[in-house]
Amino acid sequence: MAAQEHQQPQSRDVEVDTDAPEAPPAAPEAQASVATQGVDDLLDEIDGVLESNAEEFVRAFVQKGGQ
Amino acid sequence: MTARPEGLPSDKLPVGGAMRVMGSETEYGIHAPSAPGANATMMSARIIQAYANLTRQRAAGGAETRWDYTDEEPLHDARGWTVERSAADPSQLTDRPPVLDAEAVALAYGRQELEADGSDESGSLLMNMVLGNGARLYVDHAHPEYSSPEVTNPRDIVAWDAAGDLVALATVRKVAADPELPSINLYKNNTDNKSVSYGSHENYLMPRSVPFGDIVRGLTPFFVTRQIICGAGRLGIGQDGSTPGFQISQRADFFEAEVGLETTIRRPIINTRDEPHATADKYRRLHVIIGDANLSQVSNYLKFGTTALVLSLIEAGQAPKIEVHEPVAGLQAISHDTSLTATVRLLDGRRVTALDIQWMYYEAAAKLAQETGVSDSFSGDGHTRDVLERWESTLGLLGSNPAGAAGSVEWLAKMSLLDGYRNRDGVEWNDARLGLVDLQWSDVRPEKGLYYRMLSRGRMQTIVDDATISRAVAEPPSDTRAYFRGKCVSSFGKDVVGASWDSVIFDVPGIGKLQRVPTREPLRGTEALTGQLFRKHATAGAFLRELLGLDPAPPPGPQAG
Repeated sequence: MAAQEHQQPQSRDVEVDTDAPEAPPAAPEAQASVATQGVDDLLDEIDGVLESNAEEFVRAFVQKGGQ
Repeated sequence: MTARPEGLPSDKLPVGGAMRVMGSETEYGIHAPSAPGANATMMSARIIQAYANLTRQRAAGGAETRWDYTDEEPLHDARGWTVERSAADPSQLTDRPPVLDAEAVALAYGRQELEADGSDESGSLLMNMVLGNGARLYVDHAHPEYSSPEVTNPRDIVAWDAAGDLVALATVRKVAADPELPSINLYKNNTDNKSVSYGSHENYLMPRSVPFGDIVRGLTPFFVTRQIICGAGRLGIGQDGSTPGFQISQRADFFEAEVGLETTIRRPIINTRDEPHATADKYRRLHVIIGDANLSQVSNYLKFGTTALVLSLIEAGQAPKIEVHEPVAGLQAISHDTSLTATVRLLDGRRVTALDIQWMYYEAAAKLAQETGVSDSFSGDGHTRDVLERWESTLGLLGSNPAGAAGSVEWLAKMSLLDGYRNRDGVEWNDARLGLVDLQWSDVRPEKGLYYRMLSRGRMQTIVDDATISRAVAEPPSDTRAYFRGKCVSSFGKDVVGASWDSVIFDVPGIGKLQRVPTREPLRGTEALTGQLFRKHATAGAFLRELLGLDPAPPPGPQAG
């Protein structure tokens, strides 16, 4: 009975076969090439979601101690 | 499902591998950008309150329960003594409900609002809940904390730990939907980069018969080096992060001792807090405070899975016989070296890298697992083989092509993003935007959290799927006492007046005084033992009568036998 508000499928829409140790991560070369290819796109997207006024936002994030 | 060797009793797990009763604790960073001066404890209580409101809407009778503090013993030291309360730091006194006085509440939110909305039915602000999935959600110091239910294996810990992030997200949404309140952000990280750290803890059940000295010797070299597979990455060097650079671990710079009871000051690599939350002469709960909070599922999986394997090595007397010279300095040197070439000196004189030490532990764990049979692909325990394979492949990548591990190892994933910015924009490590990337990496909101942006682009490997995590928000694990606790809360919430790791307290009309059901055996109270009882009874009264033997012929309950 998970409530709908818990679902964020748009953020987790990547299905990965989790029961297959014989399907390991892509070969390093393949991953590296994908990484290079998409990095500019990725940074553009992240530019759009970063909080505005980075310096002020980071400075204001002050926590009290914890364990 | 877990394969069980024939003849293994239902309350025993296969030994020698990665299966073990364990749980996670996450203290979330908390911040209201539009009200930067707001009282952190008050905001944390607001978060707990938000979840109580949500679950009250969902479950008949309210899926929330107060915490029962009876068995909390934060000053018991595993080395065999107890600290006097007067000698303890006030932050160590975690066995008393935190008091939030009306004055603090009024200061933070105004008196009118307190009267209108700031309290539950009994008039006090809710600081502490037990959830239907068996977890605890509460205010710890000045942070909201989610403590996962007990699970038996590393795959389940990934699911129920990530479920905590969805609980956190639900509270953020709930608060944001209230136009009267400032929005509150939650971050799954461990430092504000201004000298303050807050924890992400692991708990592992061990037989009390294992000498604590063996645990310290066996674990220290492993804890000094495991950050290379499960560090979450941090911008800045030093407790205040003021030295420009990037390091592997969020937590390393905050550790100052090798062994100790404290968790908030002079933090030790090995923490000796000894609250078993279970039958005390049989078990100890190893309380691990050195880990980073992980969003990367693979890092989280390896953090728990490999640590469980190393505890099995220690129990079998087969941990590598090595000792690191000056482990605290070594921990920090390794964290500060993203090239993975830094060495530490062993007491036998050898100089070795973190990878070398991790391989020693891997080899020993693989050998023990083979000897005990738990890593066998057919007759094994169903978990150990996978942990060993991922551990081996991750160490292999770290040694040959670290960039290839950026889809699984969290610090490398974060570093790849920061490197992207540095390359594109030509900025230095102390650029404010990089600081924001580091912070916002751990925002629990998927549209803002940069880990989640990477995940949505298929750049992060996962261990469990979304449906499994969503289910873990509402359902307890089936194979520990968390099943009994969670089902009591979700089925009979309005009759449960308190719960803790090792008890559930009922107040049922017609049964007289409060009924405290102890659950001191972590592998009882499972679905196999109590599921039928929950399915059979619609009311707490009938359920409790059969469970406690007030009726004839009770079935086995959590304490039977």
